Amino acid sequence: MDKFEKLTGIAAPMPLVNIDTDMIIPKGFLKTIKRTGLGVNLFDEMRYDREGNEIPDFVLNQPQYRETQILVAGENFGCGSSREHAPWAIADFGIKAIISTSFADIFYNNCFKNGILPIVLPQEQVDVLMKDAEKGSNARMIVDLEEQTVTTSDGESFSFEVDSFRKHCLLNGLDDIGLTMEKKPSIDAFEAKASQERPWV
Amino acid sequence: MAGKTLYDKIWDAHVAHEADDGTCLLYIDRHLVHEVTSPQAFEGLRLAGRKVHAPDKTIAVPDHNVPTTLDRINGVIENEESRIQVDALDTNAKEFGLHYYPVSDVRQGIVHIVGPEQGWTLPGMTVVCGDSHTATHGAFGALAHGIGTSEVEHVLATQTLIQKKSKNMKVEVTGKLKPGVTAKDITLAVIGRTGTAGGTGYVIEYCGEAIRDLSMEGRMTVCNMAIEGGARAGLIAPDEKTFEYVNGRPHAPKGAQWEAAMNWWKTLRSDEDAHWDLVITLKGEEIEPVVTWGTSPEDVLPISSVVPAPESFKGGKVDAAKRALEYMDLKPGMPLSDIKIDTVFIGSCTNGRIEDLREVAKIVDGKKVADGVRAMIVPGSGLVRAQAEEEGLAEIFEAAGFEWRLAGCSMCLAMNPDQLAPGERCASTSNRNFEGRQGYKGRTHLMSPAMAAAAAVTGHLTDVRTFN
Repeated sequence: MDKFEKLTGIAAPMPLVNIDTDMIIPKGFLKTIKRTGLGVNLFDEMRYDREGNEIPDFVLNQPQYRETQILVAGENFGCGSSREHAPWAIADFGIKAIISTSFADIFYNNCFKNGILPIVLPQEQVDVLMKDAEKGSNARMIVDLEEQTVTTSDGESFSFEVDSFRKHCLLNGLDDIGLTMEKKPSIDAFEAKASQERPWV
Repeated sequence: MAGKTLYDKIWDAHVAHEADDGTCLLYIDRHLVHEVTSPQAFEGLRLAGRKVHAPDKTIAVPDHNVPTTLDRINGVIENEESRIQVDALDTNAKEFGLHYYPVSDVRQGIVHIVGPEQGWTLPGMTVVCGDSHTATHGAFGALAHGIGTSEVEHVLATQTLIQKKSKNMKVEVTGKLKPGVTAKDITLAVIGRTGTAGGTGYVIEYCGEAIRDLSMEGRMTVCNMAIEGGARAGLIAPDEKTFEYVNGRPHAPKGAQWEAAMNWWKTLRSDEDAHWDLVITLKGEEIEPVVTWGTSPEDVLPISSVVPAPESFKGGKVDAAKRALEYMDLKPGMPLSDIKIDTVFIGSCTNGRIEDLREVAKIVDGKKVADGVRAMIVPGSGLVRAQAEEEGLAEIFEAAGFEWRLAGCSMCLAMNPDQLAPGERCASTSNRNFEGRQGYKGRTHLMSPAMAAAAAVTGHLTDVRTFN
């Protein structure tokens, strides 16, 4: 996984609440057996008509948002299915951070496994960032994971919380499985004990 | 010190390692695997030269992609991408030595129906699967939740998950349900109360007389949709009904092991003085048969209501409701029972079990599916299908004009050929009414099997209490 560096980029506004994983990546694209190449289908049914033509009104089709790296979204972003194809598509498009008042649990977990930083902020701060994102490509937002801040193009800065272990993994691009493998003696010990206590499992 | 909740007890029994910051390695007792969210995980193992840590605790079954038409018996999946995914699962299950139910096996079905049916799911276990509806298994008093593909790979490699503990929510449903009201109505009514984000950060324990009164299958329906309320998991304390359901299943413990298991299982209940971060109470007798009108499972109302006006909501929900009504082609003020449908889907991990099919048979026995309505029944497993045929239910369905299908996820998520055409409107027993969920521009109304059966006969959304 790539390290999450300090990010200065274009933010796109998506104020709709409850953007679900079927919107982010419709089921037709879950038939892949790869992790890559889904960016072109991100938000497919909102972004293209049935003939595959771009729908000009959709935010990521607008010229000023084609290089979006940050999404500012309505509450409960990523609700629905566990499909990791959703963060795969988001990462493949080039989006590295998502800001909302809340995220669905599984989606939130999945982001960290794919180098994406989901940021939870209170409504009034998300409102300010949404307005800033509406300015388009002339306005660059800054996401600083080390400092745990988001800064608008006007220099207004907000602090966010992030789990220290997840922050460490993102900053250093660490592979979870490798880290867990180092704890194999604990897992072996647990299995030995559990096989005594609950042999039917 | 406060007592423990059921969730606390299962959690504590599965922590294999705890770091100073509270990050835990949670040991996983059962890992269920299907074809859509696993190929990249197995590929990851191969690339890193890793093995499956506990193949005897890993159960694989194809369900999302498989056709449900009878010609499937010939073994051909026409869609090439679907076939590649199912073939990949076949290869991975054999190569890594997993328990496996291929398409041709009568025990094949939706992973969340197969697990309990075969006795893989037991009280007090931790159960995960690369599918959000893993919450279903919580009905047994197991801690069960969906995970992403990276976590699937993590569990395959280590049999653990990196987790932090969730908060405890109690959802109590008191009293008795009125006739015509089912487990599906309970779980939708709860989501209507909490909203789809209301459970975020929590594990829900469902309790109260109305929950206790439910059969195991009804409890599975309730827990199945915990994820639709945003919760990590939903669970119900095991009781005599649970033990009776589990006893004698192929992978349930036997003899002395059964006795030992029962001794522990009987302790699996929340202590009287347990701490709850949030408590929600619903009166069972006030719950009505419900349907969804919009594109989120929280868009739920009693069938006796009218389509709501977007202005009746607050904040971002106003625009979301406007968008939903436009998508659903509905006008505020219209009685929900006037909404005409052209498709009925009965099945899914929410409502694809034998009791669901019995409910449907009771409603449609001797009646006909309305003209112009396409109605299909997709049993949740090959064994449910066989049982329904043995009980004569299949004959009732076919005489009424239903398509009687083979087992799979089918039109719940429409990854296989079972899809709505643009603009089609479906009365569905599934779990999600998202835009495009059952097919591009398709429109979904969620409801109980009895309500969907009544809609099939009348051709419009129908109050099952007044149906005859």
